[in-house]
Amino acid sequence: MKSFHKSPWLIHYDASSCNGCDIEVLACTMPRFDVERFGIINTGNPMHADIFCVTGGVNDQNKDVVKQIYDQIPEPKVVLAIGTCACTGGIFKECYNILGGVDQVIPVDVYVPGCAARPESIIDGVVKALSLYQEKHEKMVKEGRGLPEDPALDED
Amino acid sequence: MIRSMIIIIGFIVLAPFIGGLLEGIDRKISARMQRRVGPPITQPFMDVAKLFNKEFLSVNKQQLFLLLAHLFFVVFAGSMFFIGSDLLMVFFSLSTAAMFMVMAASSTHTPYTGVGTMRELMQMMCCEPMELLTAVGFYLASGMAKTGIEKSFLVSDLIHSNVSAIMYLPGFFIGFVFILTIKFRKSPFDLSTSHHAHQEVVKGITAEFSGGAYAITEIAEWYEEVMLLAVVGLFIVNSNPISYLVAALVVIFVYFLEILIDNTSARVKWDLMFKITWGVIIVFGGINLFLLENVSSFMKFFQ
Repeated sequence: MKSFHKSPWLIHYDASSCNGCDIEVLACTMPRFDVERFGIINTGNPMHADIFCVTGGVNDQNKDVVKQIYDQIPEPKVVLAIGTCACTGGIFKECYNILGGVDQVIPVDVYVPGCAARPESIIDGVVKALSLYQEKHEKMVKEGRGLPEDPALDED
Repeated sequence: MIRSMIIIIGFIVLAPFIGGLLEGIDRKISARMQRRVGPPITQPFMDVAKLFNKEFLSVNKQQLFLLLAHLFFVVFAGSMFFIGSDLLMVFFSLSTAAMFMVMAASSTHTPYTGVGTMRELMQMMCCEPMELLTAVGFYLASGMAKTGIEKSFLVSDLIHSNVSAIMYLPGFFIGFVFILTIKFRKSPFDLSTSHHAHQEVVKGITAEFSGGAYAITEIAEWYEEVMLLAVVGLFIVNSNPISYLVAALVVIFVYFLEILIDNTSARVKWDLMFKITWGVIIVFGGINLFLLENVSSFMKFFQ
């Protein structure tokens, strides 16, 4: 499945970031870095997304939101934790409301460190995510999941 | 019969390629307008190939059926057009296809698609009158041109007229190009769903389509795009072979105009869209229709 390498669609969620990493994620889509030249799109709709980018540590209020977005993304999917806070909780780790990094709530595949993470390293992280996506897709095909005649659909 | 079969097969095979390439060129030109490099022009094909490889997530089973019906009716309308069939039937099939799209979206009962569906119905209320008027305009224009044939809705008769239809239908042409902005889901009027990556509420009717389902809507859109641009070409085409070349140039110009409008205007609210579109339809289409009817009766009176 080579086509995925040229068409990864992101969804970006700001868990409780200071907006530093958010600005860098958005900077990737601006003319200076222009990730769309690699076919990368920032969709904002989980049903269309392939890569879930989370910035900031997860707190008690938004852990369900993060879980729900993760569940709405169709398989195969890859999770990117962008920035130190998303990786470990960062300087907010000891705060009473912070659970820690994103991996406390959902499985994270790629960690992009940095405070704030540079656009170059974010693009690098996405490229890393592509090979993981490939593996997940092969696994999905082997197990025969995700097809329209999926028995899970008969439950309605 | 064999000729029709070849044309239908040609349309089914070639239209997605042309439509996909047009979308790729659209994305490239849009990127250049925003001083970006932009994706390669084959990007839409990569996107669709990837979407087919995604998991199919849906809350019900009818969604896929309704989407396939949407695709079928769009292909049906396009095939009818290219084999030279009835123009009214073509537009009716296109409306049927649009209804299937609305049903597919509303079958999921989510707030986002609910908003998208209402906006899509508003958009249909804006485009359908102009589509029907266009068919009627072609019918009247075919009677005006001295071809020795009766008035006709058949595309195969319209292309053999000795005068381009645009000579009689300049107002209809402006009106039709205006609603193309809605049909192509370009910026001031991309209310129900937008081509640009966006939040669920902007994605509207397509927000709940994942993987293959979304790919089907994309492919249906390519077919529809090719068909509607061919209708634009029909305004120019006449019995002279050179007119086909002129028609191609006009189609390219119209498509570029749509991209320019897309990149230079902000999304409007539905009521403003309604007022602007109906204003344009009534002013340009209505006056053109009025003149066409009255001029022809004057001419009959003097003969």
